[in-house]
Amino acid sequence: MDIMVMLIPGAVLLGLLGLGAFFWSLRSGQYEDLDGAAHRVLIDDED
Amino acid sequence: MATVTAQQEAGCPSGLAPPPSEDERPRVDLAAFVRHDKAGHDTLELMVTGAKCAGCIRKIEGGLLALPGVAEARLNLSTQRLRVAWTPGAMPPERIADTLTRLGYASAAFDPEAAQRKTDEEGRKLLRYLAVAGFAAMNIMMFSVPVWSGEGEMGEGTRTLLHWVSALIAIPAALYAAQPFFRSAYNALKARRANMDVPISLAVILTLSTSIAETLQQGEHAYFDGITMLLFFLLIGRYLDHRLRERARTAARDLLALQAVTATRIGEDGHADAVSARDIEIGDRLLIAAGDRAPVDGVIEDGVSEIDNAMLTGETLPVAVRTGDVIRAGAINLTQRITLRATARAENSAVAELARLIEAGEQGRAKYVRLADRAAALYVPVVHSLAALTFIGWMFGPMLLRALGYDFADVGFRGALQNAVAVLIITCPCALGLAVPAVQVVATGRLFKRGVLVKSGDALERLTEIDTVVFDKTGTLTLGKPKLAAPVSADVLLAAASLARISRHPLSRALVEAAGPGAPAANAKEYPGQGVEAEINGLTARLGRRAFAAPGAVEIEDGAVELWFTLGEKAPVRFAFIDALRADAADVVAELKRRGYRVELISGDRPAAVEAAARAAGIENWRAHVSPAEKTEHLRELRAAGRKPLMIGDGLNDAAALAAAHASASPGTAIEASQAAADLVIQGAALSPILEALTVAKAAHNRALENLRFSAAYNLVAAPLAALGFLTPLIAALAMSGSSMIVTLNALRLQAQTRS
Repeated sequence: MDIMVMLIPGAVLLGLLGLGAFFWSLRSGQYEDLDGAAHRVLIDDED
Repeated sequence: MATVTAQQEAGCPSGLAPPPSEDERPRVDLAAFVRHDKAGHDTLELMVTGAKCAGCIRKIEGGLLALPGVAEARLNLSTQRLRVAWTPGAMPPERIADTLTRLGYASAAFDPEAAQRKTDEEGRKLLRYLAVAGFAAMNIMMFSVPVWSGEGEMGEGTRTLLHWVSALIAIPAALYAAQPFFRSAYNALKARRANMDVPISLAVILTLSTSIAETLQQGEHAYFDGITMLLFFLLIGRYLDHRLRERARTAARDLLALQAVTATRIGEDGHADAVSARDIEIGDRLLIAAGDRAPVDGVIEDGVSEIDNAMLTGETLPVAVRTGDVIRAGAINLTQRITLRATARAENSAVAELARLIEAGEQGRAKYVRLADRAAALYVPVVHSLAALTFIGWMFGPMLLRALGYDFADVGFRGALQNAVAVLIITCPCALGLAVPAVQVVATGRLFKRGVLVKSGDALERLTEIDTVVFDKTGTLTLGKPKLAAPVSADVLLAAASLARISRHPLSRALVEAAGPGAPAANAKEYPGQGVEAEINGLTARLGRRAFAAPGAVEIEDGAVELWFTLGEKAPVRFAFIDALRADAADVVAELKRRGYRVELISGDRPAAVEAAARAAGIENWRAHVSPAEKTEHLRELRAAGRKPLMIGDGLNDAAALAAAHASASPGTAIEASQAAADLVIQGAALSPILEALTVAKAAHNRALENLRFSAAYNLVAAPLAALGFLTPLIAALAMSGSSMIVTLNALRLQAQTRS
């Protein structure tokens, strides 16, 4: 059961990492224009 | 007088779009809207109308990035907002607006510091709460599953350790994510009311504290998983509801932003400047360019033109006006620039009168109680009494049973409280909280794709109760613009259209539309209120009133709007125009009748025109010459008689009636005030989306009722189990997520449903 000492913090850390990633995406405005993002994939880069 | 050569027309190669107004309008001072960002750039936010696809994004962003010094141009397609950043001094901000105009998109600057940020922030906050609750729910599940599956095998120490880890995540997460509920419950209690958030907050606090107490005593009934999951599901419902309202609010706010600058005032020194309609004083001289709407009531001081009162009265015919005539606010100036002396301030103008009628009408509608609120009003007292009864029952029940001679062990204060909390958790309103918003989001999303903007969730609910449909005529049942009635030979039509191309008059535009693309005639000259004269192959051509173009022609009395055309010595040709019905108007009326709705037509236009439209559309109940106040009165009478009318209209004269109706819809071409007053805005030329909206509203109502019934049934089974003490954290978690999922899946069924 000693392994739990490693596993529990590890698991929670991974979860926090995901939460942090979500907050980052929210702050950097990735949820601001969901319609535009769907259309932008269709634009070819010119260079 | 306008002289437009083919060369000047080049900006509009198809010849289909109306010529740009030749009047120089004072520019809105864009410099006032420019902000500075951290990177040292000047930035400007603009509302862009008309951008729809990837091509638009590319055209707009590409066009702006080509301007000198522009570092960033980003169009947000969802909000139709454009942000441009450029090196200070590299170019005047006006170049941005000019570039957009050249690309074919209308734009308006608005203050980014205004209300807009606040509501955006609200949505982002909800997403953050949602993310925290989701993170906590999933991670705690990781510790709860071993506890459940290890039942009987796991040692008490391990279980308590896992509970402690859960508590460490759940306590801060729940206290953070439950903030919107706490705040709303606090506000409700302060106002001595109770709403759905009161029981939710109570459940969160009670569950957290009993679970902590349980963990301290190394017990097994810790509901950390349940409580975070409950918050997660409730926040999903809350976020969906927010998005729905936000969409409607953005539309309304954009209208306000665009209306901010509306009039051109001529100062003492003859200098023109742009002012807001609110700031116009009596006696101000205003310049009304062709195509502009009069912002206030006034008297024409200079100029001859024709005005379109369709939005005010429903009349289809333009009215000729000249110096000394009175124009009411809301009338559109059609052909020529006029100078107006204001005789009333904006708040005393005819439009403001209508705005007051709108407000009065909306008050009646505010009494409508939403389905979810009605369910909550039933739910809260029942569940809370049940929880209280459970507590009292377990506290004193065993004592009573022992007194009666049965063998029954005491559970004590702790046990009684635990069972009471179990009742609160299992009857959690998450299915109830999701039941209606989930359905409404799916329904409005589906209608949005079909071109129907639903402004609020309760609009959808009110739509299901409709039994009468009241149409306005001009612009609603009809296209609201003249259309060539009978076909004319192609070369005559083309010749006449070449003259019409330089005019903004609605009849000219109708002629151009019938003729298709082409070049304007050389040396064409417009005589306001009369017609257009030009030379075609050395011959004089005239298009316009009978008196102007064909003075010798015999008058034809058939009530139609007409244009006459002469070319050289050839016999004059008459073009007759009608305000044609929308293509599917008759079909929509027939289908409405088949579904059992009573259909009425009510218009401010002449009886002959209304009767013709009613007959063509198949409507037996029609009224003509109805004033805006009478329209509103008619809808009040309908409601007083127990009917639930759906009003469909587009003009300013309909706006008050739209607000007074049980539910209302407006075509996308309607005047802003009407779109603001209506529950639904329908894009496109067809009326059939109304049928779709009624169908979807009915289906959504059924789904919502199914969901509520399911939640009730679920509670009927689960609550007694919890009250009797059979509930474990495992059952609570399963029941809660299971019921929420069923409710959501049932809502999604709306999406899959085939059109009827």
